[in-house]
Amino acid sequence: MSDTPDFTTFACPLPLRDYPHVVMGHGGGGALSRDLIEHVFLPAFSNPLLDRLGDSTEIDVAADLAGGGRLVLSTDSYVVRPLFFPGGSIGDLAVNGTVNDLAMSGGRPLYLTAGFIIEEGLAIGKLAEVARRMAAAATAAGVRIVTGDTKVVERGHGDGVYINTAGVGVVPPEIGVGTEPIRPGDMVLASGTLGDHGMAIMSVREGLAFQAEIVSDSAPLHGLVAAMLAACPAIRLLRDPTRGGAATSLVEIADLARVGIEIDEQAIPVRPQVAAACEMLGLDPLQVANEGKLLAVVPGESADRILAAMRRHEHGRDAVAIGRVVERHPRMVVMRTAIGGTRVIPMPLGEQLPRIC
Amino acid sequence: MKHLTEYRDADTARRLAAEIGRIATRPWAIMEVCGGQTHSIIRNGVDQLLPPEVELIHGPGCPVCVTPLETIDRALAIAATPGVIFCSFGDMLRVPGSHENLFSVKGRGGDIRVVYSPLDAVQLARAHPDREVVFLAIGFETTAPANAMAVKLAKQQGLKNFSMLVSHVLVPPAIEAIMRSPGNRVNAFLAAGHVCSVMGTWQYPPLAARFRVPIVVTGFEPLDLLEGIRRTILQLEQGRHELENAYARVVSERGNEPAQRVIAEVFETEERAWRGIGTIPASGWRLADAYCDYDAEIRFAVGGITAVESPLCKAGEVLQGTLKPNQCPAFGKQCTPRTPLGATMVSSEGACAAYYNAGRWSDSGAA
Repeated sequence: MSDTPDFTTFACPLPLRDYPHVVMGHGGGGALSRDLIEHVFLPAFSNPLLDRLGDSTEIDVAADLAGGGRLVLSTDSYVVRPLFFPGGSIGDLAVNGTVNDLAMSGGRPLYLTAGFIIEEGLAIGKLAEVARRMAAAATAAGVRIVTGDTKVVERGHGDGVYINTAGVGVVPPEIGVGTEPIRPGDMVLASGTLGDHGMAIMSVREGLAFQAEIVSDSAPLHGLVAAMLAACPAIRLLRDPTRGGAATSLVEIADLARVGIEIDEQAIPVRPQVAAACEMLGLDPLQVANEGKLLAVVPGESADRILAAMRRHEHGRDAVAIGRVVERHPRMVVMRTAIGGTRVIPMPLGEQLPRIC
Repeated sequence: MKHLTEYRDADTARRLAAEIGRIATRPWAIMEVCGGQTHSIIRNGVDQLLPPEVELIHGPGCPVCVTPLETIDRALAIAATPGVIFCSFGDMLRVPGSHENLFSVKGRGGDIRVVYSPLDAVQLARAHPDREVVFLAIGFETTAPANAMAVKLAKQQGLKNFSMLVSHVLVPPAIEAIMRSPGNRVNAFLAAGHVCSVMGTWQYPPLAARFRVPIVVTGFEPLDLLEGIRRTILQLEQGRHELENAYARVVSERGNEPAQRVIAEVFETEERAWRGIGTIPASGWRLADAYCDYDAEIRFAVGGITAVESPLCKAGEVLQGTLKPNQCPAFGKQCTPRTPLGATMVSSEGACAAYYNAGRWSDSGAA
């Protein structure tokens, strides 16, 4: 459990006016707020753009857009309990999640903003660890956190900390994911095993222990996307199947493109321990969240070339084709079951509810 | 882990289905009693492998579906009571009462928690001595031992703030009621494997003999189901009507005797109303007198709450096997998983929801 933070060895860079926990005053905009920024956030995120500490950040984009291209923007909010889990933390998610949203358009992520809504009583050490994890994830993804905000809410009004990040990236002029329509004959690829993140969270919450630990797949995917686009610029569509899992993404794709999608149950990559946990809890791995996987719809003739490129990338080693776009049953996703039957994959209603028995 | 693939082998499935096709010479209607079996049949497409002679009728074995509307309304009333922590299995949360469901009570500030075991609810009661913790104890014989154990434990620990709203139902009386009903079309039963793992199989030979109906104890994986179907068809074609155990890796004749002892101590048999079916004598369990202090219905005085079903909902006919879900006029129209009129559309084990979610919008299927 190398990802479980060890707070006993954490040396707090304080004195934060002698508060070991976040108090309402840390969100008041005064000296305590300043302490939090200077002792927790700046040490983690420091870069010339952020260090100016202005109300907003000016960025000279001439270099970023020198070759032309388009800006891509995205924002997402992160609420997860527990804050730290096998394979990641809310900090990793807050960076990788927004990076991946940008990456699905073929963009290169450049800058992030970060807003923190902190619950009164959160240990400063924990908050600093979240910031440290965020900074590490940002460095790994090659993005900079250039402006931010903190607010404090009363105890009982939040799960420790909620984070919002917004991201800016650049799509090179020659890249146009989604400009070619999805059509029958296209293939559906998955970049790796499905359901890892959601079940990592569930196994911690439900206190399930398996011989092989279930670890979140949180990872930035823009490098993988770049490798895929280098292999085939005509990729039809990219989706990161987060909340609602692959089922939601597939149903959305079939619905938007007005095509049928057929997937093969036996081709769907699921780790044995994830399959076992889903089976025990009565959940469907296709409906479970991923934080470091993508689904791609690609021209049939380029599928093998793209798969080969994906498998050479660290975040695409287990990439496989899971299905194809078909003419029949438009706007429906149909699964061929392992024993040779079929069933329609529905759009998950909302929260997955464990079955009674 | 092996069990996830071992009983889903495509070649063996095809071989079993072909064998069923060889032995079936005329139409037979087989009822799988348990909702978990219905779920697996539809999810894996088991019925699509069967020859046209074999029809599967989906039985009343989803505990969520047969829980009376009154019980849901009583649960909602208790859950909305200030100071209560209301604990339930996950799929009860979406079941509609007369006006709302547990999700909406939660949205209005009710403290509703999904638990995997009633023992978690006992633990909550211990951790929150100032709150009333109530567990919604529904289910067939399968969930009864843990529910009984929870009450027994609460009593042993002297917990005064724990109670249960009990609506347990039993399989053998339901089989009897189905066989006695005038419109019955069922020729054979797949008995619910997990119920039998608790209760054993000894209750079933008298039923098989009295109604001259084959009963085969069956598991839940695709190959289990096909083997159960194969054995019932073989009995029917040979004119036999016996109890067979096709789930011997889990089920023994005597069942789980310590579990049966706890059930016998904590629960008493009573007449029970089944949603959509009606009242069946001696078909339910309630808390025995020695444990009536733990009865949430008494503690919260909700026994007087009554309810009226939607006139559009034909769940009763679906549960009795006289109507396929997609033959109901409201199916997929007024009634969907998002706007369920009856519980069979709510639980993923419910026949209507299983049909809707697998795209069985007409008898031909979707693909």
